[in-house]
Formats: sequence, C-alpha cells, structure tokens
Amino acid sequence: MITIKNLHAKVEGKEILKGVNLQVNAGEIHAIMGPNGSGKSTLANVLAGHEGYEVTAGEVIFEGKDLIDMPPEDRAREGLFLAFQYPVEIPGITNTVFLQTAINEIRKYRGLPELGAKEFLDLMREKSKILNIDSSLISRSVNVGFSGGEKKKNEIFQLLMIDPKLAILDETDSGLDIDALKIVAKGINVFHNDKNAVIVVTHYQRLLDYIVPDFVHVLYDGKIIKSGDKNLALQLEKEGYDQLIKEAAEIEA
Amino acid sequence: MAEEYKSDDMKVVEDLTSSEYKWGFVTDIEEIKFPKGLNEDIIKKLSEVKNEPGWMTEWRLKAYRHWLKMEEPKWPKVKYDEVDFQDIIYYSAPKKKPQYESLDEVDPQLLETFEKLGIPLEEQKLLAGVAVDAVFDSVSVATTFKETLAEKGIIFCSMSEAIQNHPDLVKKYLGSVVPYTDNFYAALNSAVFSDGSFVYIPKGVRCPMELSTYFRINAMNTGQFERTLIVADEGSYVSYLEGCTAPMRDENQLHAAVVELIALDNAEIKYSTVQNWYPGDKEGKGGIYNFVTKRGLCKTNAKISWTQVETGSAVTWKYPSCILQGDNSIGEFYSVAVTNNFQQADTGTKMIHIGKNTRSTIVSKGISAGRSDNSYRGLVKISKNAENARNFSQCDSMLLSDTCGAHTFPYIEVENKSAVVEHEATTSKVNEEQIFYLNQRGISTEDAVNMIVNGFCKEVFKELPMEFAVEAQKLLAISLEGSVG
Repeated sequence: MITIKNLHAKVEGKEILKGVNLQVNAGEIHAIMGPNGSGKSTLANVLAGHEGYEVTAGEVIFEGKDLIDMPPEDRAREGLFLAFQYPVEIPGITNTVFLQTAINEIRKYRGLPELGAKEFLDLMREKSKILNIDSSLISRSVNVGFSGGEKKKNEIFQLLMIDPKLAILDETDSGLDIDALKIVAKGINVFHNDKNAVIVVTHYQRLLDYIVPDFVHVLYDGKIIKSGDKNLALQLEKEGYDQLIKEAAEIEA
Repeated sequence: MAEEYKSDDMKVVEDLTSSEYKWGFVTDIEEIKFPKGLNEDIIKKLSEVKNEPGWMTEWRLKAYRHWLKMEEPKWPKVKYDEVDFQDIIYYSAPKKKPQYESLDEVDPQLLETFEKLGIPLEEQKLLAGVAVDAVFDSVSVATTFKETLAEKGIIFCSMSEAIQNHPDLVKKYLGSVVPYTDNFYAALNSAVFSDGSFVYIPKGVRCPMELSTYFRINAMNTGQFERTLIVADEGSYVSYLEGCTAPMRDENQLHAAVVELIALDNAEIKYSTVQNWYPGDKEGKGGIYNFVTKRGLCKTNAKISWTQVETGSAVTWKYPSCILQGDNSIGEFYSVAVTNNFQQADTGTKMIHIGKNTRSTIVSKGISAGRSDNSYRGLVKISKNAENARNFSQCDSMLLSDTCGAHTFPYIEVENKSAVVEHEATTSKVNEEQIFYLNQRGISTEDAVNMIVNGFCKEVFKELPMEFAVEAQKLLAISLEGSVG
C-alpha cells in the first residue's frame, strides 16, 4: 500500500523527520505512538502533502506512485485520506455540498461517473447511522460551531463516505470522551477491511483497546525507534517512553 | 416550468465558465448616431428623436443646466482617467424605431446577440416566472410577458414608452427620489438618459413573476445612461432582477445609470443585480466606468431590499440606498463586491432613518484579488424623529493576494437617543489551512478558493432569487480565476 523510505522533512527550516522507514500493506492497521514533538503529526501532514512541510530526502511510494511531487488533491484522489487533528471550519459551505464535491472530484479522477443526488443521499444516510450522526449536523456548515467531539466524528464520517485506500488518523482520539471514542472506533472498524489500510497516530493506548493494531511503532525525534505488535502499546502504557528512548540512544551510540 | 427555466439558466452558466471575457462580441447593426459632445441642442434633438412631450424636454434641459454648475465627485477611493464629456456620443439606436408585435419582426441579428447571451427570446415567452425587457443599446426592442402582466394592471415597459403612454405616473415619480440636483452623474443622467425600464405595480397586486432586464452596451463610444423607475403602489410586491454584460472594448466606457424605487404604504420591492460589465484586461486596460445612483423611498410599513453581486467594471461607484421615511419601514442591503486585477470599487449603501421604528440591515462582503482596490462606504443616519430606529451592519472583507486593498468607511450619524446601531467589520486573508483541508478531500485549490469565497458570500447569495444565485456563484468563480496559487 505505502512504502516510506528514509523520509526527512523540515518545518520552517527545522528538521523534524530524520529518516522514517515504514511499510504498510493492505489489510493492516499500524499505530504510530510517541511522546509530544516526536514528529507524529508532521509525518501525517507530510504524507498528505501539506505545503508547510518540506521533504528534504527520502521517498514515499503509494500504490506504486511517487507521492512526493504529487499535489495534495491528487494524493486524496489516489486514495489517501487524512483525518485531521484539528479539523478546520468552513463557513457557508454545508457538509453535504462539501462531501458531494469531494466524492465527485475523486470519482472524476478515477474515471467514474458522478454520484447522483439520490445515491449520494442514500450513502449519507447509511454512513451517518453508523456514527449516530444527527442529520442536522450534516446540513450545517463544515465544522462550524461543532464541539471537539463532533468535529472528530465528522472526520470519521468523511472517512466512511470517501472510503479511501489508506486512512491516516491524526490523534483522532484526543479530546473524546469514552462514548465518543467508542463510536469513532466503531466507524474505523467498519471502514477497515483487507483491501485498505489504517495508520493510527496516537498518544495513548486507550484507542487501541478498540482498534487493534497489527503493528505498533514508536516515533521519537523524527525516527521510528521501535516496532512491535499490539503488546508494545501495552508495554508503553505501563512503562512510558523513557526506557525505550534510553535503549535507542544506547544503540545509536 | 421551473425546471425548464433552470435548464436554460444552466446554459447561461455554462457560457459563463470560460476564462476569457466571453461576451466580447460586437453586433453589426446599423445605428443612428449623434455627433460627439453635449449641449442644449443635442438634448433637444435627443428628446425630439424620442418624440417626447415638452415637459420632458424641459426637465432634461433643467438637469443639463444644473449639471453644468456641478463638479465631478472626487471623494471616492478610486482613480481613473478624466472623462471627456464632449468626447461621448449621447445617443445611438437602431435606425428604425422598432414597434414589434411579435418576435418575427425583430432583426434576426439582434436575436442572435441575445442568444449568445443565453437569453433566446423565442423561448423566453414560454418560460415561467421571468418577463424580460431586453435593452439593446439605448432603445428597448423587445418586451415580453406584457399581456400576462397587463391582466393584473402591471405596467412593465421601457422608459420611453412610459413617457408616451403613462405620462402622469412618470411626471409624478421621475426624479422624486433622485432629483436631478442630487449629484453630478445623476444630473447628467437626467439630461441625457436614453432609455431604461419602468414598472408600476397597482395597489394590492403581487407581481406574479420576477421582472428582469438584461443590459448591454454595444455601440462604440456611446455612453450608456439608463433610467429605471419602479413604483410599487400600496400593499403591492415586486421582485426585479437586473443583470448586465458588456462586450470587450479597449477604451473606457461610461455607464451612469439612475434607479429610483418607490414603495408606497405596505409595499415591498426586492431589487437584485448581478453586474458583470467588462472589467478591463489583466493589465488594467479598458473596462467600464460604472457610476450609478440607486435609491429607494419607503413609505409606512414598506420594505425595500437591495441585493447586488458586483464582479465587473473597471471602476465602480455605487451606493444603493433607502430612505426610510414611513414609520415601521425596512431597508436592506446585501452586497458582494469582487475586484480582481486592477479593478476598483467604492460601493456601499445609505440607510436614512426618518420614520419611527424603522429598521435597516446591511451585509457587505468585499473580496479583493490581484492589484485591485475594494472599499465599502456606508452611511447610517438616524434622524431626530426616528424613535426606536435599529440598524445592523456587517462588513466583511476577504483578501486573496498581498497586493490588493480592502477598506471600510462606515459613517454613522445618530440624532435620536433611542436608536440602536450596530456595526461589525472583519478582514481576513483566505486561509491556507482551509484550502489544505479541501485539497485533502480531493478538491483542487481553485475549486477550494471558490468554495471558501462562496461560503463567505452565502448570507448575500441566499437573498438572491434561485436562478440568479447560481449565476452569481459562477460569476464569482470566473472573476477570481487564477487569482490564487
């Protein structure tokens, strides 16, 4: 699905990613954990093609295509989806219009016919049910006046609507109470199948109780310092990052 | 029928969606032209050609004499080359004064022009809801839906016809809201106006369709001086749409229109404009000078609503206003003004509260791109006797480049202590995080900007009649093409 090799990236002249290597295959869920400032969100944004991040070295191959020089909208059309940590508000544009435009742009790119109004509405009804989303939320302007939890739910709603190949979830669990967390996790599990993949970026083990990862990676200082299975997350929860970081430093030295 | 209208409208919209100014064609129709220049003889000649009664000629001459004593206003925040008023041809019209019974008699070339504009007259008769009084240059050549309207006693005709057929109404109301002494361009217009539209809605009648006029400037060096007068008698209602396009031209063309609205007791007038005069090219060459006076008078419990989407013209100078004379009367102004490249706009409104319990709302959205300059200028005046007057003003500006300007000049004059006047203003740059968010969902930057801008203008667009709103959104997209990224 996606192969990241020796990825280096800068933000405002400062190097944040210092050689990330990662291979994600269809059907897999990867969790990327790590302390604050380790580069988790940078990785998510670099993969999505945010202009504020400059890739200085390395390569990213997504479904056989080089992503680095691809504009963000084409990455999205190729099937890469980022659930934002801080979803922005877009006044005056309803969720419906926004999603219909997005879906049809993606379909156009893939040579598919546009989705008609009825098919689209049916799809919205079906997906909103999964997340218990109120229909009034859908007809409101994108994220305007939404609570933090509603915004995150809306990201997962978009994920279900757009149905990408690769979903990158950037701290989707932050700011969610336990009920909202369960609903969001349910949405992700409904989305996930053996043809797509999920990268979950998170601080906490909490979300991983509901979304079981095949692999867990620890990102520290712009590099993956340890990879393992779901037990690594449990270990981190118990012991914290300090021990791991110390070990990594010793190996480096 | 509504569907039918819409599909036709979509044709207009499709035509709109190209980057070059599409309507830059010139129709080759024989015209009567006056010599260049302005003097009393020209005005008398103009009045004579139009077969006007003596009182009309007199009124024009008075206006002209007054105009001679006036000076061009210099206060707007716009710069443009001096207009040489002696270098303008003040009248041009198709050679034969047309008096068509049916469309078959209309010059086929003219009909072709309308078709290029997306308003095939043959079909318009069949279309529901919109009667079109198409003004070609200075003379109205075709008016449809007259019969349907006539049944209700509604008069919708060219100003020239109104002067001939309804002199009492014209005499009573022409200049009653915008007197010829009002300002430099209104005085000039009063002296030389060539034609325009006239509407009268009788007492208690609700006009069953949106009335609309398409304007078009199509004669080299011909100043366009339209005069529109709409009178809504007691308890009546009318919605009027005005849409403008103009052919591409290199030299500047002056457009100085006057629109007067009179809403008598309990009447309501909704006046919507989509203005897309040629804005000049990317280097700022050419384009229309649009110096317009629009004003409405509200009697007791009356309401006037101005909605405008201004995307065209090189220089715009326009303040659709309401005089809230009657108690409980309401004035509204909803505006989207877009400037790109070297366009300059100084636009806004005046809300003059005179009656008690009068209310006004101002929502202005200015969008500037390129090297353009976009100013909101508005006056809210609460007079001494306007007890419990209320005003709410919201002026938002959005900048799409680092080289454009957005300015807000709100003037507030309050002479009555019971008044409540609120003013909110914001200025923002188009937000890159918003663009990235939309990009990440597969939407191109250009479409993303259009979405964001359309969202920004939504409060205004929702005031427009449906078909106009669609057109307005497309116009916005065209006007801003290539302005970001």
